[in-house]
Amino acid sequence: MSVQPQELDEFSREVSAWFAENRPPEPGFLLPETFMEVGEDRQFEFLRDWQNKVYEAGYLGMAWPEEYGGRGMPQAFQDIATREMARQRVPFMLNTIGLNWAGPLILNMGTEQEKQKYIKGILSAEDIWCQGFSEPDHGSDLGSAQCRAVRDGDDYVINGSKIWTSLGSYARYMILLARTSTDGPNKYAGLSYFLAPMHSPGIDPKPIKKLTGEYGFCQTFFDNARIPADSLMGKEGEGWNIAMLTLTFERGATGGQAGGIAAMDLNINDVVELARRSVRGGRPALEDPLLRDELVSLMLEARNNALMSARARVPALATDWPTAIPMSGKLRNSELKRRMCQFALALQGANGARFVSAGAIDGGKWQRSYFNAFSGTIGGGTSQIQHNILGERVLGLPKG
Amino acid sequence: MAAQIELNEEQQMLLETAADFCRNQSPMGKVRAGINEQVSVDAAVWQQMVELGWLGITIPEEHGGLGLGLSHVVPIMESMGRHLMGSPLFATVMATQAILTSGSETQMSDWLPKIAAGTAASIALTEADGNWNLEEVSATGTIHGDTIRLAGNKTFVLDAIEAAVIVASVRIDDQPRLVLIDQSCLPTGALERETVIDETRRSYSLCLDEVSVAADQLLPASDFAAIEQTAMILLCAEITGGMAGVLHVIVDYLTTRKQFDKHIGGYQALKHPTVQILLGLEAARSHLYHAATTLDQPDELTRRIALHSAKAQGSEAFAFAGDRAIQFHGGFGFTYECDAQLFLRRALWCQYQFGDERYHRQRLAPLLLDQSA
Ligand SMILES: Cc1cc2nc3c(=O)[nH]c(=O)nc-3n(C[C@H](O)[C@H](O)[C@H](O)COP(=O)(O)OP(=O)(O)OC[C@H]3O[C@@H](n4cnc5c(N)ncnc54)[C@H](O)[C@@H]3O)c2cc1C
Repeated sequence: MSVQPQELDEFSREVSAWFAENRPPEPGFLLPETFMEVGEDRQFEFLRDWQNKVYEAGYLGMAWPEEYGGRGMPQAFQDIATREMARQRVPFMLNTIGLNWAGPLILNMGTEQEKQKYIKGILSAEDIWCQGFSEPDHGSDLGSAQCRAVRDGDDYVINGSKIWTSLGSYARYMILLARTSTDGPNKYAGLSYFLAPMHSPGIDPKPIKKLTGEYGFCQTFFDNARIPADSLMGKEGEGWNIAMLTLTFERGATGGQAGGIAAMDLNINDVVELARRSVRGGRPALEDPLLRDELVSLMLEARNNALMSARARVPALATDWPTAIPMSGKLRNSELKRRMCQFALALQGANGARFVSAGAIDGGKWQRSYFNAFSGTIGGGTSQIQHNILGERVLGLPKG
Repeated sequence: MAAQIELNEEQQMLLETAADFCRNQSPMGKVRAGINEQVSVDAAVWQQMVELGWLGITIPEEHGGLGLGLSHVVPIMESMGRHLMGSPLFATVMATQAILTSGSETQMSDWLPKIAAGTAASIALTEADGNWNLEEVSATGTIHGDTIRLAGNKTFVLDAIEAAVIVASVRIDDQPRLVLIDQSCLPTGALERETVIDETRRSYSLCLDEVSVAADQLLPASDFAAIEQTAMILLCAEITGGMAGVLHVIVDYLTTRKQFDKHIGGYQALKHPTVQILLGLEAARSHLYHAATTLDQPDELTRRIALHSAKAQGSEAFAFAGDRAIQFHGGFGFTYECDAQLFLRRALWCQYQFGDERYHRQRLAPLLLDQSA
C-alpha cells in the first residue's frame, strides 16, 4: 500500500492540531515517567483515561488490523502520530506491556480467538497488562524460573511468586512464564507461557516500595491460583521461545508495536537547558570548561543514537554486523539516560544533594529521574546481560 | 538536529567497488611488505585506481574528472582504511580540494587534469609545534616582484616525493595563504622522510628555506576551513574502516585462542569491551555518513557540527579499539608480528592528525552550547 507524501503531510497537520487541542491539563500531582512508576490510583486513572482518549481519536494501533480494533493503516501514519506525541510531550501511553510486547506477540503468533479477545482492550486501555517473568531467585537467568503451573481439569493451578511486576496491582492480564514440567532435557524445555487473568482467586500482587520512595511494582504471589486452561499460549513447553520472542518486541528489535510513546521524554536538550540556568561555584555552569566538555560528550552520545537510527534506514550502510544497531537500542538509550540524569545533578552544586521537594531544583525531578533511569538499565535484561547478548549473538563470541 | 543520512546510487556503487578492490589489493601480507617500500603503492595498483576514476572524483568534468561531491570519496577512503591500504590518495585529494576551493582558473586547469589522469599531489600544512589550527602558520612567503621567497619548515607532508605539486601554507603579509610548489622547485634535501607512528604512511618534512615560486603560484583564496573539513571527512572514513578491521582481528582471536580450556571470548572482561568497540564502530559509521551527507548541502553550521562530532567520536573510539586490541592478544599483542599493532598505530595517527577528540569537543562547545537556542 503506497501512501502519497501529501496524504502524510495532511495527516501530520491533523494529528498535530489534535494533540495541541486535546492534551490533558496538568494534573496537579507528579506524573510517573514510565509505566514502571505508576504507584498511585490517581496517576493510573489519569493515564488510562488519556490512552483511551488517544485511541478513540484514532491515533493508537493505527497499523494494527481493523478486525481486532486497530485501524489497518500503513505504519507511516502511526509513526507520525507517535512522533507528534513525543514532540508535544504529551503524557505517555500507559499500557506499555500490552501495546508493545503482549499485543504484537498475540498478533504475531496468537490464535484467532486470542486476537479477538485481547487486542481491542489493549488499545483502549480497558485491559491493562503486566509481565510475570522475573522471580525472586531468577532474574537474569530467566530460564531457571520455578513458578509452577500444573494442569488440573479445565484449569492450571499456579504456585510460586513473580517479582518486580510493574502495574501488577492494576493489571487485568499477565504474560506469565511458568514451569509445567521439571523433567525435560534442559531447564528451558519445561517452561510454558500463559495469558493469565489477574483477577483469579489465589493471585495476590503486593506493592513494593522503590528506591525513589514511591510505589510502582509488586511481588505477585500465586497460592493455588486457578487460571483457565485456555490461557496457555501455544503448547506446553514452548514458553521459553515465546518469552524470547516477547523480549525482541520489548527491546524494540522487532517492529509491530502499537505505537505511541512509552515514557515521559527527557532528552539532552533538557540537560543543556538546565545547564544554561545553573550556577555552580558562583558562576554560570556553562562557563566551566570541564562541565562544557562533559556536556558536549553527552551531546555527542545522544547524536550517536539519533544517527544510528538514521543509518539503520539505509541498509547498504550496515556494517559486517547488521543486527548491531537494532539489538543495541535499549542498552544505548538507557545507559545514556542514566548518565545524563547523573550529570544533571552535577550542575546543581550543593543542591545536587536535595531530593523531591519544593526546595530542590526543578522540584527534584532530576534526582528522581536519575533513580528511575535504572529501570531502563536493569529492567528488560540488565545492561550487563545486553552486553552478553550483543557479544554472543551479534559478534559470535562464545557464551561464558 | 537533523539526523540525516543519505547514500545515492553512485556512492553505493563506489562502496561496493572499493570494498572489493581494497580487499583484493591489500591483504595484510602486502600491507606489511609495503612498509619497507619507498612509495605508498605500486604503480600498477595506482594505475587501476586512476582508471576507476578515483583520482578525479571531485574534479569538474571540464578538467577531466567526474565532477562529483567530496562525499563520493568517503566510501573509497573507508574501504582503504578497512584494509590499511596505502596510497597517495589522501594527500592528493587534500591538494585537489585546496586547489578547487582556493585556486584560480589557471591553477585548476594547470593541475586538475593531470591529477585526474594520475599525477599525485600533496599538501603541507602542519609545522613543528603540532598546532592543529591551520591558520596559525609560521613559515613565510615574501613577495619580490614576480617571485615569492619561502622560508620555514613544514611537517607531515604525506607522500611528498611522489607529489608533482605540493600546496603549502605560508604567512604572506601576515595572512595565512596557500602557494603551489612544483616538485621541480625543490632543492635536493628539502624533503626528508620523518618517522611517524603509522608505518604504512610516508611522511616528510619540507624545508622551505631555499625555495622560491613564481608569484602566480599564490592561490587567490585561502579557504582553510574547507581544507580542514576535507581532512576531517577523509580521516573519519579511514577511522571507520580501520575500526571494522581491528574488530575483526579482535573477534578472530577471541574465538580461536583458548585459556583455561575455553575460548577467551567467553570471558566478560574481554567480551564487554569488545561490544563497546562494536558500538563505537556503529556510531563512527553513522557520524561519517551523516557528515558526508552534509558535505553536499548548503548549511555550514550543520556541516561543521557534523564533522567535528565525527572526528571527536571516531578518534576516541578507534584509539580505544586499537588499545584494547593489543591487551586482548596478551603476549602476542606485544609483538610486531601481531596485526593489532598496525591498527593501533593507524588509530593514533588518525587521532592526532587534524585534531584529537578533546580538540574537536572544544571546537564543538561554542557551536552547540553558545548559539542562541
Ligand atoms: C523498574 C523495574 C521494573 C521491572 N518490571 C518487571 C516486570 O514488569 N516484569 C518482570 O518480569 N520483571 C520486571 N523487572 C525485572 C527485571 O527484568 C530484572 O530485575 C532483571 O532481569 C534482572 O534480574 P534480577 O533483578 O534478578 O538481577 P540479577 O539477575 O540477580 O542480577 C544482579 C546483577 O548481576 C548481574 N548479572 C547477572 N547475571 C549476569 C551474567 N550472566 N553476566 C554478567 N552479569 C550478570 C546483573 O547485570 C546485575 O547487575 C523489572 C525491574 C525493574 C528494575
